[in-house]
Amino acid sequence: MTGDAAPATSVALAMAPRGPRHAMTPVVHRVFAVRHETIDVTTISLEPVTGPRLTFRPGQFNMLSAFGVGESAISVSSAPRDAGPLRHTVRDVGPVTHALCESSVGDLIGVRGPFGSDWQVPGRGERDVVDASDTVVVAGGIGLAPLRGAVDELVARYGEGGGRVFVFVGAREPSQVVFHRDLELWKRSGARVEVTVDRGSPGWSGHVGLVTSLLSSSEFDPSNAKALICGPEIMIRFTARALVDQGVAAGRILVSLERNMQCGLGWCGHCQLGPFLLCRDGPVVAYAGMVSVLLTERER
Amino acid sequence: MTRSIAQMLEAHPLFADLPDDAADLVAGCARNVAFEAGAKLIVEGDAADTFYLVRRGRVAIEVHVPGRGPVVLETVGAGAIVGWSWLVPPYRWTFDARAIEPVGAIAIDGACLRAKAQAEPAFGFALLTRISVELLARLQATRMRLLDLYGVRRDR
Amino acid sequence: MTTRHEASDGSTIEPGDVVVLHVQGLEELIASLIDAGFDTRGPSVRNGAIVPGALHGVTDLPKGVHDVQAPGRYRLEHSDDGQLFGWAVGPGSWKAEFFPPSQELWRASPAGDSMVFTEPAPDQRRLAIIGARPCEVAALSVLDRVLANGEHRDPRYVERRDANFVVVVECGRPGATCFCSSMGTGPGIDAGFDVALTEVDDSDGHRFVARPGTQRGADFLSRVTHEESTDRDRGARVAVLERAGVQMGRRLDTEGLASLLARNVEHPHWDEVAERCLSCANCTLVCPTCFCSDVRDTTDLAGDFHRRRTWSSCFDLDHSYLHGGPVRASVSSRYRQWMTHKLSTWWDQFDTSGCVGCGRCVTWCPVGIDITEEVRAIATSDGASRRDVPSVKGAP
Ligand SMILES: Cc1cc2nc3c(=O)[nH]c(=O)nc-3n(C[C@H](O)[C@H](O)[C@H](O)COP(=O)(O)OP(=O)(O)OC[C@H]3O[C@@H](n4cnc5c(N)ncnc54)[C@H](O)[C@@H]3O)c2cc1C
Ligand code: SF4
Ligand code: SF4
Ligand code: FES
Repeated sequence: MTGDAAPATSVALAMAPRGPRHAMTPVVHRVFAVRHETIDVTTISLEPVTGPRLTFRPGQFNMLSAFGVGESAISVSSAPRDAGPLRHTVRDVGPVTHALCESSVGDLIGVRGPFGSDWQVPGRGERDVVDASDTVVVAGGIGLAPLRGAVDELVARYGEGGGRVFVFVGAREPSQVVFHRDLELWKRSGARVEVTVDRGSPGWSGHVGLVTSLLSSSEFDPSNAKALICGPEIMIRFTARALVDQGVAAGRILVSLERNMQCGLGWCGHCQLGPFLLCRDGPVVAYAGMVSVLLTERER
Repeated sequence: MTRSIAQMLEAHPLFADLPDDAADLVAGCARNVAFEAGAKLIVEGDAADTFYLVRRGRVAIEVHVPGRGPVVLETVGAGAIVGWSWLVPPYRWTFDARAIEPVGAIAIDGACLRAKAQAEPAFGFALLTRISVELLARLQATRMRLLDLYGVRRDR
Repeated sequence: MTTRHEASDGSTIEPGDVVVLHVQGLEELIASLIDAGFDTRGPSVRNGAIVPGALHGVTDLPKGVHDVQAPGRYRLEHSDDGQLFGWAVGPGSWKAEFFPPSQELWRASPAGDSMVFTEPAPDQRRLAIIGARPCEVAALSVLDRVLANGEHRDPRYVERRDANFVVVVECGRPGATCFCSSMGTGPGIDAGFDVALTEVDDSDGHRFVARPGTQRGADFLSRVTHEESTDRDRGARVAVLERAGVQMGRRLDTEGLASLLARNVEHPHWDEVAERCLSCANCTLVCPTCFCSDVRDTTDLAGDFHRRRTWSSCFDLDHSYLHGGPVRASVSSRYRQWMTHKLSTWWDQFDTSGCVGCGRCVTWCPVGIDITEEVRAIATSDGASRRDVPSVKGAP
């Protein structure tokens, strides 16, 4: 037999009492606040219409439904320690994300989740499982969204004996840098924050260049650092490699990957990347080993 | 305590761990310089005689575009090399380089260094290899930026 | 001398027993399942192929019908032998009964300042599948791992599977594209059924060697006319399976197969297959284990919202769509996704092979691409890859 074929009346299949909802049925949330971050990026804050707020870990995502339009995987961009509503930061790239970005206060949005793996940053009162003095956070574009909660948690730990935090952000141009307020707050809390853009613009006195070019001149200690990377896949690839070349252990680099997702439950098969179902085994995966190879494998 | 030029060179990635005799060769062509914020290190069209190793502060590589003013192509900081055109004919600068903040740098006389490299091919080869490392990194970064990584393709 | 038990004489059979049914006993078994409230379904001839359909009695079975299969070809032949199960699997698999090709997941109506969701009512239908082949039972257990045994369970699937009664019929006449013996999923079967039958037709006559796999299966068998089995009956079953093993049309060497494919992701052969592959998705639609689906939302004229789930395929361009374009734009990378998923990465994801060796993808491929041949082509030039990849976790 292939594997151990379960008997037709297997106990494993014993039906769960018909739960309150099918895992495909969303929980209705109301838009509590809308904040336009850039010309095409909007943060929406959501509160459940009834029932408790979802609990999540930074790096996890929800499937958000714009009713009648469709559903998209969107990372939670708030931090668990925020007492406020659940935040998601959405870039308008197509029908669903457009509808989400266009929503106004009071609108209803469906939420399923949270799904997937997280950045493994310790929450309030938790111990750090990856022991490293420095955390290097590298984000490209909207890739800062899933990292924002993680940085909030890390920065908050300064007062709780946590290590140093280095945040490197790449964006296309100054007007597309998201989370200005947070970047300022992190800086003021002691984090090293560097932003670089592909194209400068009048009045921009910050860095112009690729995000990797910020890494070599920074003073984090590669031998005692862990890294969290999210952004376009090529940027992840090059950044991870640059960090390894600089001496950061590949096993201490986490990356967040993206594939088409239609269920978040491990059922639809769309999110496959080699051996992974990214909604289940990701989106955050360790760069070491298999992943470093997968990222250079040619899916054409 | 002021640092000797040789010590400063040793502290810059381009010349770190250079054998003593080679370090002396370079030091003979180098001097310590400082720029105020806004000062030009390099001016487009000028003869490319002196290039810079940045010790501290940031430098913008830029080009003047009529109607847009100075457009910053890239910014570099400590550890960077500013200026490549001294290496090859016609020894003329293609872009401007401007200090964004107060900049400390080592200025190196390009013609002087070229002459020494020609006279001592082993030194010349080592020098070019080291320069190529940064040249390549900068070329690759430029190519990556050509990809417009963070842009959205709206072709559907 | 064998002892004959009439349908009503109250003798009991236990799991592990082996008994013999004649056609009448089979008729009674079907009838008693219908009496017990099961929706009985089994092989039926439709549009020139044997596919799952309604089954009310023995006369509905494809008596004397045999299939002739080859890569890209399928044809039925009619003979006057009395065989009821003398065929291998057709284009329809039992997957569709449990995981429908298209199903509504919910509808939602705006109500006051919230939204009311209505999910389809639980499926009341209790399904008895009669004449499933061993590879198909194995395929259902592969699907169970995806939809029922993971962290998230699909309640619609689970309720259908839970109520499901399985009468499997071991294979005596495998097709030319079958390779279940290579995959360890047939032609015989030891678990995963309520009742297993083996059709035997020798000098002792046409009959079925029957084995209950569950107490419930034993109870049903006890109620129908049967005989105790003799050594000759049991020997006849073994002979049927041995002959089937020999007649099995194809083989696949599974030794080290998962890692073979994992280290040959950049093998030039993928491009060669792509020159023939039409990317039509037939192979994934006939496959009894492929589970990929699309989720789509719509709004109706009344303003209600609907969400449906529909089968999809990794051969669709949109399957891997990310804003900007598909990740797997070439046929070569989509064929590679399909085959490496079936035979290699399925192990990583679900700790089993995704292929049960039913041969459908070979038969129903319009250009006759043969998964066993393509594996062989890669195996004989193992290492022709442009690069190597470390072997994956959990692969055999
Ligand atoms: C784990 C994860 C986290 C994400 N987090 C965010 C986030 O915080 N903010 C944000 O703006 N975007 C995020 N995305 C991307 C976002 O899901 C897509 O941009 C979105 O699905 C596009 O849908 P659309 O209908 O607007 O556009 P279209 O491009 O027309 O998409 C059509 C369909 O293709 C699929 N699809 C297209 N692009 C993607 C994609 N990049 N990822 C997954 N599925 C896709 C979806 O099924 C979508 O419904 C995330 C994606 C993943 C996988
Ligand atoms: S891959 Fe082909 S042979 Fe294997 S189970 Fe699917 S259809 Fe059958
Ligand atoms: S990815 Fe392809 S081979 Fe795998 S289950 Fe989906 S359709 Fe089948
Ligand atoms: S999103 Fe459906 S399986 Fe991962």
